[in-house]
Amino acid sequence: MSVIAPASSEQVTAKKKTALHSFARMMRYLAMRVLTLFSTVVIGVYLTILIANMGGYVDQIIRGEIRDSITQSVANNPTMRNMDPETRRKLIEEQIALEEKRRGLDTPIAVRNFRHLTNALQLDLGRAINMTSDSGSKQVRLILLERLPATLLLMGTSQLFLFFSSLYIALNLSRNYGNFWDKLVIALSPTSAIPSWFYGIFLILIFAAGVKVLPFGGMVDSPPPLNPFDYAVSVLKHLILPGGALIISSFFLSVYNYRTFFLIYSSEDYVDMARAKGLHAKDIERRYILRPTLPNIITNFSLLIITLWTGALFTETVFLWPGLGRTLYHAIGLYDTPIIVGSTIIYAYLLAMTVFLLDFVYAAVDPRVRVGN
Amino acid sequence: MNNFAASFKKLLQYPSAMAGIFVILVMVAVSIYTMITIPYPEAIRLWRGGEEVWYQNPKFAPPAWFNFFSRKKYSESFAVSTAEGGIEKTAVPGNDGVTTYTMTYEFDFNYDVYPQDMILYFNSAFKAKQPFMAVEWITPDGRTIRVSNFAIGNQYTYRFSQDDKLAAKLRAEEPILALFSDPQTGGIVKGTYKLVVTGTTFEPESNVDVEFVLHGQVYGLAGTDHARRDLTLPLLWGAPVALAFGLIAAIGTSILTMVIAAVGTWYGGWIDQLVQRITEVNLVLPFFALMIMIGTFYSRSIWVIISATILLNIFTGAILGYRAVFLQVKEAMYIEAAKAYGASNWRIIFRYLIPRMIPLLIPGLVQAVPAFVFLEASLAVIGLGDPVLPTWGKIIQDAQANGALYKGYYYWVLEPAVLLVITGLAFAFLGFVLDRIFNPRLRDV
Repeated sequence: MSVIAPASSEQVTAKKKTALHSFARMMRYLAMRVLTLFSTVVIGVYLTILIANMGGYVDQIIRGEIRDSITQSVANNPTMRNMDPETRRKLIEEQIALEEKRRGLDTPIAVRNFRHLTNALQLDLGRAINMTSDSGSKQVRLILLERLPATLLLMGTSQLFLFFSSLYIALNLSRNYGNFWDKLVIALSPTSAIPSWFYGIFLILIFAAGVKVLPFGGMVDSPPPLNPFDYAVSVLKHLILPGGALIISSFFLSVYNYRTFFLIYSSEDYVDMARAKGLHAKDIERRYILRPTLPNIITNFSLLIITLWTGALFTETVFLWPGLGRTLYHAIGLYDTPIIVGSTIIYAYLLAMTVFLLDFVYAAVDPRVRVGN
Repeated sequence: MNNFAASFKKLLQYPSAMAGIFVILVMVAVSIYTMITIPYPEAIRLWRGGEEVWYQNPKFAPPAWFNFFSRKKYSESFAVSTAEGGIEKTAVPGNDGVTTYTMTYEFDFNYDVYPQDMILYFNSAFKAKQPFMAVEWITPDGRTIRVSNFAIGNQYTYRFSQDDKLAAKLRAEEPILALFSDPQTGGIVKGTYKLVVTGTTFEPESNVDVEFVLHGQVYGLAGTDHARRDLTLPLLWGAPVALAFGLIAAIGTSILTMVIAAVGTWYGGWIDQLVQRITEVNLVLPFFALMIMIGTFYSRSIWVIISATILLNIFTGAILGYRAVFLQVKEAMYIEAAKAYGASNWRIIFRYLIPRMIPLLIPGLVQAVPAFVFLEASLAVIGLGDPVLPTWGKIIQDAQANGALYKGYYYWVLEPAVLLVITGLAFAFLGFVLDRIFNPRLRDV
């Protein structure tokens, strides 16, 4: 006994060491990813500003803001109240010119765009022209952040549901491939060419206008229920159709893709070997098929999610879902340039964050990241 | 070429692919037919036209073939005029240049739902004395209703539904309902109605013409929208626009993606790195939000939208896929041979690398079409469609803006939606089969 004990403790420390080592590797990998993703976001936001400011739209936002605040402060200053209007107007113009100079609006466009970039990266997106947040603010940042939870709720639930349900079904299909359900999924996979808002229209037609069991749109009943439980149920009821539309639009294609991945990996020699050893079918599936396939599936899923993210804008509009997409839709109608530029930037952030989250999962499931290639 | 013939033979084995090809061919035929019969300027004139073009049509009317499926029969719309001979016109000259005209029109009305409105449009020529008109309505059960009488100007419009005097005379809120109902039972009276317009002109050179328009509850092959426009026009014109947008964008992006991937992998080094970095940035660029920005700030013209779409869709996940294959092909023996005989870089890229990728390119291209067809519709739905073109997406946008789904105008959404789905799925199914034929690796599993 005494001979074995130190050996085992040595083993434990060795295990701990490798665990620590792989943890460090993973962290290094993730830190690298954060850095590269952040630099891509910076470039992406810069491009966005470049496109928006080709017509001087970002400059206009800043100019409008400066004019607003200076006119306000002069109007509220008691010492200037008794001035005659002509001199006061002159004073305002002078101050505006000064402030514009201070904010660098007289510098060349390339320099200006870099100033706008730092503001935009801090989500300092100026003030909206016509729209206000529910709390009454005109800050673009507040308006957009107020809408963010609704979008995250819709996208989060539907994407998680989509991922796990299609994974589960794909695994089942790969187990007995060639049967009726398998053929059906293959046959239906081209239907994913239809975007989610389009399915949304049909779902509204069937379940809201036809059968009348689910609401046409919105996020809660009106007036919203006071009881938190009823509120949650009401939100859930409103979530079914838009979430369903998002899921249906990519369900068959992802099941088809994942199933193909599973089939490729289940024809590997080591799987045959495991079968020959007489391992449980469940163990084989989990350890020998699912594990090596997951990195591929996650890459596939992250590409899918990127298209889903931006497409959700239309789904929100069709379902009157009070999220970012619908705010953007409103902003188009009101020609509210700060909101339009702001939402584009927030979408870029959201995309990058999604990519990072999936990178994190990727690092967790792909042993190559931990061990190093 | 033999290879292609063999591939096409394989295509025949897939019914879904054949159905896809059939639908695409029908769409192409419809597009050509549309562009010949309704030339572009004419289509724009009609689509942008207001009341003066479309006054003969009812608003929000489902297509006429609804009556085949409905137990209740909805009244159909029609328009007749004396100028075109639809209404009988007799003129009896009298003394002092006075002429008496009698214009009668008989029509069968065997429907269960009242029409929306009836309107008389008068046109007359006179110098000083206005012609005088009297309108009578004779129901199938023999009642004669004196509808109204009035003096008319050079142009005069009489709307039955908005005549308060007639409503008072009939003791009804809606004159149209009362004119078609039995006063005792209140039920609709079916049979042959007769409209008699008698008029008197007071000058020898005077003349008078009338057009009688009945706005029913159903109209034509496709129905009408909120602006009385016949939906067949945008449904027909939507086909060439959708095909052109989808094909141009798909061909543009696929070919550019492939060329850039080929150039990047062939030269390697910083060019390859640059391509990969651009792809990474492009992945976090929110495509639709950028398109919206371009649409609102700069231009909604379909050409600008297509160009922006192509530019933003070059550096996508596809470029990484092509890159992986090009890296393999680059090592092939025949490339070595080409290098040995002194082929230039461009010659190798365009004559040896890219042709090898055609099997990958074609299915990808066909599969990309539906995404772009729907993109045009998506942008139109949020109000960023081309402002002048009649397209399928524009119909859906109008329908959405007018609450078609809530108010039950399902035909208005369903017609363009079904056409979009059919077109999109045709390309998607064909592309799917092509992918299986050209990339047999996937066919095995």
